[in-house]
Parts: sequence; C-alpha cells; structure tokens
Amino acid sequence: MKIVVTVKQAPDPNATQGLDPDNTVARDREVVLDPGDECGIEVGLQLKEAHGGEVVLVSMGPERARDAIRKGLSMGADRGILITDGHLAGADALLTARVLAAAIEPESPDLVICATESYDGSTGMVPPMLAELLSLPQLTFAKHVEVADARVTVHRQTEEGYQVVEAATPSLVTVTAGIAEPRYASLKGIMAARSKEVKLVAFADLGIEKGQPSETVESIVDAEARKSGEVVEDDGSIGVAKIMAVLQAAKVV
Amino acid sequence: MAKIWIYAELNQGRLTTTSLELFTKARELGDVDAIALGPGAMQAAGALGRHGARRVLANEEVVFAEYVAEPATDCLAALVAQERPDLIMFGFSPDSREVAGRLAARLGTGLISNAMDVDAVDGGFVARVPYFGGAKVASYRANATPAIVLIRPKSFEISESGDQAEVIEVSASIGGGSRRARIVDRLEEAADKVKLEDARIVVSGGRGLGGPENFHFVHELADALGGAAGASRAVVDAGWVPYAMQVGQTGKTVRPGVYIAAGISGAMQHTVGMKGSKVIVAINKDRDAPILKMADLGVVGDALKILPKLTEAVKARKGQ
Repeated sequence: MKIVVTVKQAPDPNATQGLDPDNTVARDREVVLDPGDECGIEVGLQLKEAHGGEVVLVSMGPERARDAIRKGLSMGADRGILITDGHLAGADALLTARVLAAAIEPESPDLVICATESYDGSTGMVPPMLAELLSLPQLTFAKHVEVADARVTVHRQTEEGYQVVEAATPSLVTVTAGIAEPRYASLKGIMAARSKEVKLVAFADLGIEKGQPSETVESIVDAEARKSGEVVEDDGSIGVAKIMAVLQAAKVV
Repeated sequence: MAKIWIYAELNQGRLTTTSLELFTKARELGDVDAIALGPGAMQAAGALGRHGARRVLANEEVVFAEYVAEPATDCLAALVAQERPDLIMFGFSPDSREVAGRLAARLGTGLISNAMDVDAVDGGFVARVPYFGGAKVASYRANATPAIVLIRPKSFEISESGDQAEVIEVSASIGGGSRRARIVDRLEEAADKVKLEDARIVVSGGRGLGGPENFHFVHELADALGGAAGASRAVVDAGWVPYAMQVGQTGKTVRPGVYIAAGISGAMQHTVGMKGSKVIVAINKDRDAPILKMADLGVVGDALKILPKLTEAVKARKGQ
C-alpha cells in the first residue's frame, strides 16, 4: 500500500510568535513539524507496518521545510517530496491544494493522509480541496482508521459522537490530533533518515498555472481588544474571594 | 440586487442554528436563496422563509445525508452553473467546510474561511477574518464569482423577518462516481445536561489541570453554577475529554455571561471561540499566559487548589 502524508512546518506552539512589519506571520522564528502532521505520519506508519508498502511525505514550503520532512523520515517514513519555490510564498488554500495535488497525482497513492487542520491556520480547507482535485472521496475528522480489502473505514468525530464512514481505496483521510500518539524518532531512525531521499520540486516542474489568488488583502487592523482587567496573585484565599465577587456582580450566584 | 445563497446545513434532518444566523447578514446584502439538501429539506423551508429566504432550492434525497460532501458538491456545482449566484455563504462547521472546500476547488474560485463578517463593497464582497491569534482583523476581498465565504458560528444574532419562501425542488444532479465516502453508522456519546453553546456560564479546563483525573473539578464547578463544562483543544487532542466539549476555532463558539478558564493558556485556537463572553475569569499559574491579558479578572494561581474552594463557596452561597 502506498501512503502519502501531507506535512508542513508550523510555528512552534510553545514559542512566542511575532508578526513581520508586512503583517505576515514571522515564520522564520521557531518552526516545527506541525504537531497534527506528526499524528498523520504515525497513522501512516502504523498502516504500513500492518499492510506493508511505503510512506511518502509531501510538503510545500520554503527549503527550510526539509527539516519537517526530515523529522518525519526519522520517525520511519520512506521518502519525501518538497515543492519549494519563491513564487509560492503566501499561497492561499486553493493554490496549496493544486500544488500538492500535482505532486501527489503521479505517485498514485492508495491513501492520502492529512491532518484535519494545521496547527497555526486551523481552517482545514486544504484537505477537501485536495480530495476534489485528486478526485478522491474524503473521510474526515478520523479518530480511528482501518484498512482492509482495499476499503478504508474511519470513525469520524462529530458533535454528537462519531460516524462510521467507509470508502474504497484510493481515498483521502484527515486525522484528528487525538488519533495516535506520534512515536519519537530513535537514534537509528535519525541516522537512517540522513540517507533517505528528499526530492526538491520547483513550481515550474508541476505543469500547472498559478492562477489568480482567491482573495486580496485589503487591510489588516488591530482587533477590538478586550480591555485587560484586574490580575491578582492568589494567596490561598483572595483568588476565590475575587472570583465570587465577579460571579455576584454578574448575578450568577 | 446581488444574488446571495446560503447553504442551509441539515444535520440528521434538522436545520443547524449557524445556518439560520447567516440570514441576518445575507438579507442586508441582496436577495437570499437557501439551498437545502437531504431529508428534512422541505420541512426546513418554513423556517428558512421566516428568516428571510425568498426561495428555497431543495432536494430531499437521502444520498445527501448518507455520503460525505461529494453529492452536495455535485448538486451545488450544477445549481451554480444554472443560477450564477454572486455570493455563497456557508457556516464554518465541519460538514459545511468540507462541501465548501470541494466546491471552491471544483469551481476554481477558492474561498474565504473562518470569517466573522462579510460586506458588499464596490460591487464585490469583503470578508473580515480574525488574524494572528485574533489580535488583528484582516479584510479580504474575494476575487472570483461566486465569492464563497465561510462564517464562524455566532457571528450574527438570529432574527426572523421574511415570510414564506417559494420552494423549488431541484434536481439532485449527482455524478455517478460521487457515492463513495458512505456513512454506515452514527454513534452518540454522552453529552452534558446543559448544552455548551447555550449555557449562561461555562467553565473550561486546559492542560494546566495536570491530567484527566483532575477534570472533575471543572465539572463540579460547572454543575454548582448550573453551567456547562468546556475544554481547550490541547486536552481534547490528548484524549482527556470528548471533542463535544472543545471550545475554540474548531470546536464550539460560546458567548456566555460568564466564562471561567482554568489552566488554559489562551492560544488563539481557543480564544477565538470564547472572546465574545460577557465576563471572562481566568485562572493560570503562569503570569505571562495570554488569557490573563484578555480576562476581566485574572487570578495567578493553581487551578487545582482554587477550583474546589470556589465550588464550595458557590454551593454555600446558593445554599446547596
């Protein structure tokens, strides 16, 4: 079974982030493999261990994104493809999906695994677009995935509980971050990753047109900030007293 | 008049609240049509009309409820080709965003997601979207027609205005290859007594609680206050509590009278879903936690020590 996992770099959730003067997120500060993608890789590796095959990581980003791919290779993925091109900086969801689709299509995977959403953007728009462009069914919000007899079954998380969703492979699956605890890369894995292939692809190699962006930024302004209120250090009793006063003022107790 | 469409999401035959919220805005923007697909579509037409739909384009086929995203995409794409709307509004919900994503890719239009508002400006549509942790607001102009905009829940207050919609039964127009990702079963998990999104008081817990074994402190305070318990994405991802309790961008949006955040640092993923609360109380050990900067009252302290005492104090006050 050939499994493609899409990966990206995201700002380190544990680091303080800033904005560049042009209001783009300063992505050069501290970046890590998106934690949601680590879960996608883990699911891919588990399926490979159960069924055999290959796990290919596909990413679009600056050259630095090679580090994210390298991390996934250290976890055990087999090879990586990085579409990197200055022309792609600031790509919107549709262009990102078109680029990923063009890179994934020649691989003819049985399964494409994406995180349900990225850790930074959290809008989850790329996976359904990618499914559409690759003409694959989408099995989304999976908190459990199984593959048997060329069929994939997921437990799709919903507000009420979950749905059991099935489709034939090839399919695209999006996984929630709770689906599996990503493994740590072993020293052996890290050493092995050094000799694994990461293919760099330029936008021009994909044979697609860039097209017009879906949207144009008109302005970026400060949000109406909530006024910060009072901050108190708890000393064992003042915290509770202050909160009770707030609850009484709000007439909820 | 601009031709505005609303994708009226049906969840097991019931119209979602977020879909109805969109009408309040859509009515200002032009003539509003609702697209309702799946069992319950005809029945929903009454409510859609009362909220301002002039026409309801409906199809009752069960296939829309049985398969993920693709049948609805097919039907919408066919309708767009016939009717040429200027703007299609979707709620930013898991089901709607999947249909919107596929549709935007098929039409080649792209979309603007996670918006909190949309306006008609100079013959086009400009949507406002929280940016950089909600500290900023970006205005994006949609470049394609139809503009596709996904609007966050609770962005607009539901209000009735219209009367009766003309109901038009449309062809399902489902491609032969679109019956693929099939929902074969639906399972429910236990939910709280008070619905999170309707609760007047919400108590949420995060990583700062240390582990799932401590989450009962959150439930106990919520119960004592007659409110609902919520959680940050971090603890839902870690499997401490079910997804139904997640407050934030990809969870629920809440606007209670009082929101108490215990052991939650205040990542944008979370704050986007609760910053509309009237009063925010935050308890966090870390003096620099962003949540303390947006709270009306921030208590620097250990939630594990404060929550049980607070629960006792609330019970004593209420005479429970």
